[in-house]
Amino acid sequence: MTTTTIASGAAAPQFYTTKEHHPENGTLLGFWLYLMSDCLIFAVLFACYGVLGRSYAAGPSGKDLFDLGLVALNTAFLLLSSITYGFAMLEMAKNRKGSTLFWLGVTGLFGAAFLCVEIYEFAHLIHEGATPQRSAFLSSFFALVGTHGLHVTFGIIWLITLMVQVTRRGLIPENRRRLACLSMFWHFLDVIWIGVFTFVYLMGTL
Amino acid sequence: MSSAPPAVHSHDPAGHGHDAHHDHDEHGASHGTFGGYLTGFLLSILLTAIPFWLIMGDVFRSPTTAAIVVLVFAAIQIVVHMVYFLHMNSKSESGWTMLALIFTIVVVVITLAGSFWVMHHLNANMMPMAPHDDTMPMSPEGMRQMR
Repeated sequence: MTTTTIASGAAAPQFYTTKEHHPENGTLLGFWLYLMSDCLIFAVLFACYGVLGRSYAAGPSGKDLFDLGLVALNTAFLLLSSITYGFAMLEMAKNRKGSTLFWLGVTGLFGAAFLCVEIYEFAHLIHEGATPQRSAFLSSFFALVGTHGLHVTFGIIWLITLMVQVTRRGLIPENRRRLACLSMFWHFLDVIWIGVFTFVYLMGTL
Repeated sequence: MSSAPPAVHSHDPAGHGHDAHHDHDEHGASHGTFGGYLTGFLLSILLTAIPFWLIMGDVFRSPTTAAIVVLVFAAIQIVVHMVYFLHMNSKSESGWTMLALIFTIVVVVITLAGSFWVMHHLNANMMPMAPHDDTMPMSPEGMRQMR
């Protein structure tokens, strides 16, 4: 491809400048490094839960508390939000502003649904007396799942911000870069949730 | 750094979208394809539904076996998400994302394995079982399940 552009003469300098697109990828690499450091936060919280997860202090255990049907519903919401964000990125690649915004909106709604179910679950647990203060198991449970929920909350705030940006400025290179970063963040949260539902909920009810 | 790209794009605002698209393709198709997302989605539904069914339907009699099986499913699903949703490959960013990922995995494995190993021995050697802790099965079998 590059040989043809160089051959066409006048267009060549412009194609050389687009080669300096690397700063944009630099942002994505930097954001990837941030995600890796975020991964370490979750690793520590997982280790905490792994160590303390069976210290019930004669309180309720995961088997008594967890409602796997609710967790399955939550997992479905997060998985669906991942694929709809993927659709938004595909529409962005095709330069379609309207449908990009539509799929971003759908993603935001699934994320909000996930949060609502999680808040309902937490409220239900606390109502039953299974508060973070009850046992080491519950402290580490709320710390891990709560941190993930906080990430989703900030992801939704970021998503709404970008929807406003795209509405006002369109799919400019800066917004494409930001959407690509949020895409990585959003899919990363889904990866963390795989660890949470497996390690905390499924193995907790064994 | 952020000031550089706009200056470049101002040369050719109309053609930019096209160029950017090709540029991304060269760096390993960071947008992915519809087929790729769909494959990843269907695989992840399968890899989520099976472990939920295994646990909710009490398919395995031994909790240890069940734990190992769901962990294997989780590991496979994480790889599926990395490949189909996060578009990980050894070529993106000249391999730097992969290098960072490998480094992170090493640190995560050391953190998790080290914590469980040390705390398991600490529990086994230092903590006599109090009578009221009966809800916690602290037999060697129970500890193995925990991990």
